[in-house]
Amino acid sequence: MSVPHKVGSVKSKQVSSFVMQDEEEGLDTAEGEEWMQGKTLVKPPDQLDLTEAELNEEITRVLKASNPNAPQNVVRYSFKEGCYKPIVFVDQMAIHFELEGNLVHKDSDEGRRLMAKQAEVDDGGGDERPDNVSIKAGKREQKLTNQFNFNERASQTLNNAPRDISCQTEPPPRANFSATANQWEIYDFYVEELQRRVKSKEKHEGQFLNKEEDKSKKKMIQAETQNDDIYQLAKVVKIIERMVNQNIFDDVAQDFMYFEDASDEFRGEKGTLLPLWTFQYDKAKSLSVTALCWNHKYNDLFAVGLGSHEFTQQGGGMLLFYTLKNPSYPEFIFNTASGVMCLDIHEHLSYLVAVGLYDGCVAVYNLKKKTDQPIYNSRASSGKHTSAVMQVKWQKDDLDSNHNFISVSADGRVVSWTLVKHELVFTDIIKLPVIDTIPDDLKDVIPTVGTSLDFHKQKDYSFLVGTEHGKIHKGSKYYSSKFLEKYDAHFMNVTRVRWNPFHPDVFISCGWDWMVKIWDQTMKSPVFTFELKTSVTDVAWAPYSSTVFAAVTTDGKVHVFDLNINKYEALCQQKVVSKKTKLFNIEFNPVHPIIIVGDDRGHVTSLKLSPNLRKKPKEKKGQDLPKGPEVEIAKMEQLLSSLR
Amino acid sequence: FNGGWQTSLRSPVLGDMVTLFTFCAEVEDTLKRIQGINGVIGTIVVNAEGIPIKTTLDNSTTVQYAGLLHQLTMKARSTVRDIDPQNDLTFLRIRSKKHEIMVSTDKEYLLIVIQNPAE
Repeated sequence: MSVPHKVGSVKSKQVSSFVMQDEEEGLDTAEGEEWMQGKTLVKPPDQLDLTEAELNEEITRVLKASNPNAPQNVVRYSFKEGCYKPIVFVDQMAIHFELEGNLVHKDSDEGRRLMAKQAEVDDGGGDERPDNVSIKAGKREQKLTNQFNFNERASQTLNNAPRDISCQTEPPPRANFSATANQWEIYDFYVEELQRRVKSKEKHEGQFLNKEEDKSKKKMIQAETQNDDIYQLAKVVKIIERMVNQNIFDDVAQDFMYFEDASDEFRGEKGTLLPLWTFQYDKAKSLSVTALCWNHKYNDLFAVGLGSHEFTQQGGGMLLFYTLKNPSYPEFIFNTASGVMCLDIHEHLSYLVAVGLYDGCVAVYNLKKKTDQPIYNSRASSGKHTSAVMQVKWQKDDLDSNHNFISVSADGRVVSWTLVKHELVFTDIIKLPVIDTIPDDLKDVIPTVGTSLDFHKQKDYSFLVGTEHGKIHKGSKYYSSKFLEKYDAHFMNVTRVRWNPFHPDVFISCGWDWMVKIWDQTMKSPVFTFELKTSVTDVAWAPYSSTVFAAVTTDGKVHVFDLNINKYEALCQQKVVSKKTKLFNIEFNPVHPIIIVGDDRGHVTSLKLSPNLRKKPKEKKGQDLPKGPEVEIAKMEQLLSSLR
Repeated sequence: FNGGWQTSLRSPVLGDMVTLFTFCAEVEDTLKRIQGINGVIGTIVVNAEGIPIKTTLDNSTTVQYAGLLHQLTMKARSTVRDIDPQNDLTFLRIRSKKHEIMVSTDKEYLLIVIQNPAE
């Protein structure tokens, strides 16, 4: 068929242009007009209006081989350098039209196959019918079936009814778990882990144990854990008890810490004693306090020895430990076979307590052990005192680093006891000299009762012993034959003799003859003498000042003196117990401004010293207050020099 | 110190379990003393799970105190230990208009004492 194209139509139109003009008018006229009116210009409506000059302007157009539409600034990320890099060579080919063709090369595999098929079809079209099949069969390679022998049979098997078998397992046991992971839980876990590792190391090292031993160990461990639990509860209960007591005695505790008697300013020199807690124990009602001692390490703990001063009323005794934190019940209670006469707490090992009893025994208690029995007892040893032990004092450890203490007793001997392994070994230091009034033949029988003992603070070989006859002997541990010095102190029993804690030459003594005397060891007669109206049972120096001391008397009064302020009379004379109660002991607390006094009812009263009694000497303005023992010594020296 | 150990079978105020407890005589004595002090309204010993094991108050009050104070103590302990894991809570005191509740804590037990502080 011929495809009509324009040339032909133009031709035909040219031939019959006038005849066919009406039919193809639109096209014709446009073409005709164009053809006939070749020179008239038709402006499209959006054409630029340019002037003649602009029209005549020559614009050079350059034909380039590059594609103007190709991007010039392509950048690609380079993983090697980790930054974007510009690509320089950009594809300049612009594709205008693309059509995928389906021509196959005739020599390729596909081409040959197609040609073979084509040939078959062509060939197959011209042959007779019966031959077709055979040819077809021959050509077709797939099915090797033939018309004559070929049988195709099918059968249907019985399909088993489809069954669904499913299996359900028991779900794994589930438990809800919730926990918090705090910093402290993590810390706890690490600590436990560390302990476990340490234990496993120890187990490795000790793997040679028998099975039996292991079993017994297991039992031990169980008992221990039970122990631990209960022991922990004990601690908890203790704390609660203290808290409850603090609540009850709240005002007393506040006074103890903070109360300073403001009225002291108006009282001139005098001071007062503010009563704080009273310590008493039910089972100690019939006993009287015979000894008091503060613990140096734990400043709120003090020991009370209970017994009896009367010869006729001897029974059992007790050793109690109280703390200021719990005024209602003692911390430690020990029962002793006979009355306690004296006690001393070791300065450094504050769990060792030496006790001297009325029957002459000395015993050492270890507070860390939970038994009621002393760890050492001189009951069975041969060197025990035959009479009441009046004073015990701990000494520094000897050369073999064994602990030792010294006791003085009513049988006139000063004995040193050493704690060797499990027993007390005694060493006689000196025997108190018998006074002249006793006839010679009785000298060995009637001993001089030693009543008090004190060791010098700095030169601890030097000591003082007070006797029943009112004499004070100064001796030394290195001289066992005789005493160095003898002072005629009192007319009656010397109840207490003590070195001044600061000044090396000064000591104080008191006795039943109503006197308190202060001595300089170089002088035979006392430096100061004070007469209190009744028997003085105990005197103590204050630990904070070399010139302050306090004394207790049998009329229940406490007398406090400060020699720096008033050399002739007491700053405070106060009755602190009810009538007819005698005071027997007094001790200053090493740190706090309180004193404890023991009476014959078994009660211990604590008192706070008012500011007037605790005065430090005033310095001139501008000078720094010098502190330390030197000041104290200087103070004392000043006083003494004024009297010499 | 008396070294005597006591074994006693006690059923606590609450719960179905029967707990076997070994209380040292000393601890018993101290507890009795505290209970005997004038002004102490009651004491409760609570175990680590918040179950009261020993008490001097009636059932409902005990349960209430034990539950509430156990939670509060856990919270307080958590606070203290979060700030410094090496630290631990030792006791807690709540003072109200009428009473003072004191709780002394420990890894295993909690001891609660309600006191009327003498004013």
